[in-house]
Amino acid sequence: MLKNITNLGDAALYCDFGDKVNIETNSVVIKYFNQIRSLRIDGILNLTPSYNKLIISFDLNLTSSEKLIKIIKNVNTNEKLNIDKKIIEIPICLKDEFSLDLDRLVANLKLNKSAIFKTFLSKNYFCYMTGFIAGMPFLGDISNDLRFRRLDTPRVKVPKGSVGVTEQFCNIYSFESPGGWNIIGRTPFKIFDRDNENKPSLINPGDYVKFYEIDSNEYSKLND
Amino acid sequence: MTDTFFNFLRPGINTTIQDIGRDNLYHIGIPFSGAMDKRNFLIANKLVDNNLKDACLEFAYQGPLLEFFGNNIVCAITGNVSFKIIREDKSEEEGNCYESFNLKKGDKIDILSTNKSTYGYLSIKGGIKAEKNFNSYSINTKAEVGPNEGKKFDTNQRIYLFDNLNKFKKKKINYINSKIEFIRVLKGTNFNYFSELSQNNFVKDEYKVSKLTDRMGMRLEGPKIKNIVNTNIKSEGLVKGVIQVPADGYPIIMLSDHGTIGGYPKIGVVISADYDKLTQLTPGSKIKFKYISLKEAENLFKLYNIETENILNQVK
Repeated sequence: MLKNITNLGDAALYCDFGDKVNIETNSVVIKYFNQIRSLRIDGILNLTPSYNKLIISFDLNLTSSEKLIKIIKNVNTNEKLNIDKKIIEIPICLKDEFSLDLDRLVANLKLNKSAIFKTFLSKNYFCYMTGFIAGMPFLGDISNDLRFRRLDTPRVKVPKGSVGVTEQFCNIYSFESPGGWNIIGRTPFKIFDRDNENKPSLINPGDYVKFYEIDSNEYSKLND
Repeated sequence: MTDTFFNFLRPGINTTIQDIGRDNLYHIGIPFSGAMDKRNFLIANKLVDNNLKDACLEFAYQGPLLEFFGNNIVCAITGNVSFKIIREDKSEEEGNCYESFNLKKGDKIDILSTNKSTYGYLSIKGGIKAEKNFNSYSINTKAEVGPNEGKKFDTNQRIYLFDNLNKFKKKKINYINSKIEFIRVLKGTNFNYFSELSQNNFVKDEYKVSKLTDRMGMRLEGPKIKNIVNTNIKSEGLVKGVIQVPADGYPIIMLSDHGTIGGYPKIGVVISADYDKLTQLTPGSKIKFKYISLKEAENLFKLYNIETENILNQVK
């Protein structure tokens, strides 16, 4: 549930849904996100849902923290919104040159290479949020056996399409970017399409992702 | 009909098209972008009688060298900018900021530098002919969105313009970019993650803008800020002006092209009224913060708006 609302600077609100990071909490965040979006409240510029927070930025010319807090507190999220539970299938190539941090994982987890892949591919992952860079999905939860901390020194450049794991989450780097997640493979799919303005992100909060393995040939074929 | 355009003989360090930015896209990872110094952007448009939201060229430090092709255009440059106009007959004129000028075929503008400031703006009457992307002309090089495939400009690229058919009439304003003594901040949502001493030192001591500063963020050098709770938080949404403090203790201020999600504790947020001036601070500049209340921040923003309005009305 929505626990507290405060201001984040003079032109944004910080809605706190508690400390727990799980699908249940996040589903409430996404519900608020969808509901507030559909209400088209005057002055709201942006809504950023994350694991357990919702940031609402607004135009200080049109509204204020005080006014908006009152409105948000009274938002009714009981109404059923039609969110279809979508499963999006994403191909992943696990060849050595794409699995940049596999050795690190093998050395630190109690699993060998093929067990790591098998465990990773066995689950569907919930999309908690997208962002940091355009279209990047934050997915979870990965098996307890695969959980490991970030790289001690983040990479300056993680190649576009890289699939990473850390702690209870996995992600897909939609662009080349700095990053510290353990990279286990790469997808040839375009995760973010700037030319499809109505639906630029392949994966959106609330979707599920199922990874399936492809070999190098299929990777090259799909990666045009 | 001949085409009307600028050809980039030299692109400059970071030259992009910017307007007032794009909203409603944080949730997919696309920040506002838009002109860093909004007031100077608006004045630039006003000087050439544009719609105030029309797209301008934004440049940083060393700007572009542009050659004009076409019959006649009207431009203006705002900021603290040294530039010259090189006429087709090779005669050179010292450029003056905050007054419009016209260019004929073969004329060039050489934007030499943004003196003791970071960003400058070149407006062109009628705006720039470009395709909007996500409802804005702003180029965000990080997400590769906006015109020019979301990239900054390179040598021999062109931007297409509208020929000006009316008689040129100079417009100007006497305007000086004033320095700001303090950057005022509201306490951040993780303010109590930091030791009392660090909370105090953050506004007592001076910071220096580091070289690692761009349209995404401004890194600061100075006293380390000590975290006594946790150097990471669960990743959550950011807005421009947020001051994050990573494990190394050195603050980073989120600027217009910032990543939309971050996992470092927030000590403060720069108030909206001080954002323009913040973005103009160059690497090496000293910066001093001051905590104020939300009410004060809201009033200062009203003042900032009234001031901007007055300045725009003085353009004659």
